[in-house]
Amino acid sequence: MKFGVVVFPGSNCDYDTYYVLKEILNQPTFFLWHKDHDLKGVDCVILPGGFSYGDYLRSGAIARFSPLMEEIIEFAQKGGLVLGICNGFQILLEAGLLEGAMLRNKKLKFLCQTISIRVENNKIPFTREARPGQVLRIPIAHFDGNYYAPPEILDKLKKNDQIIFRYCTETGEINEEANVNGSIENIAGISNTSGNVLGMMPHPERAAEALLGSCDGLIIFKSIINFQKSII
Amino acid sequence: MKVRVLVRLKNGVLDPQGQTVRHALHVLGYHQIKDVRQGKVFEIELEGIDQETALRLIPEIADKVLANPIIETFSWDFLD
Repeated sequence: MKFGVVVFPGSNCDYDTYYVLKEILNQPTFFLWHKDHDLKGVDCVILPGGFSYGDYLRSGAIARFSPLMEEIIEFAQKGGLVLGICNGFQILLEAGLLEGAMLRNKKLKFLCQTISIRVENNKIPFTREARPGQVLRIPIAHFDGNYYAPPEILDKLKKNDQIIFRYCTETGEINEEANVNGSIENIAGISNTSGNVLGMMPHPERAAEALLGSCDGLIIFKSIINFQKSII
Repeated sequence: MKVRVLVRLKNGVLDPQGQTVRHALHVLGYHQIKDVRQGKVFEIELEGIDQETALRLIPEIADKVLANPIIETFSWDFLD
């Protein structure tokens, strides 16, 4: 399966993501330069974490107008798999491929720590290898991860099972204490209505080797690969 | 031609920065401060267009780029 990792000025998790896909999972992987208009025929586009354009104005607000985003939006609308991690999630929100917006973390601190998230929907291509309700240990590293959606969008997300991950305790309990950044209803990741676009604040590429403390992130990437196998 | 665009968080949207500023003011003894909401100011210089075009252009860029309509609203005026 061919993966493409988008490189914006200020992306800083692009090489980590590339490394996991190419070296750990042995998948053909390409960097996609944000100024090009070429997706290189990939089956899945990943928008990595970082601080695209310095996160000036709002996180992801400038990157959203990069030339390559036109192709990514078209690719997503045709059902192509798009995963936005952290800053990539923020870009997908700004681009309108996902609904809602990010506010500054509740306690105004940059949060860099391993947290727990619960899989709320394992029916989409990105989570099919997870058990329903499985708790994943994955690091976060962000300043603007306080997800917000007005009531009408929140209702829609719930009705369509678009809430994919919630911040939880190590035992899978959803409570205020586990809600590190103040996100509405502990939301850590959402999909679009058809489930082919996922945005998540935690970094699965940083939880892909036992040496680094957790392999739970591999579940996301393996899900994508197995989904692709299932449709060929 | 100069314009000023003010971008504010919508009512009801949590503003952790505004809350922190309010808290700091309380600590300094300014107990009259009931609430603080933080926003953004853009001062924009335009050239080669008339006022009528600006009336159309500024709301367009404010809606498309300067503000995120899900969480923010904007207002603007001419500075000269």
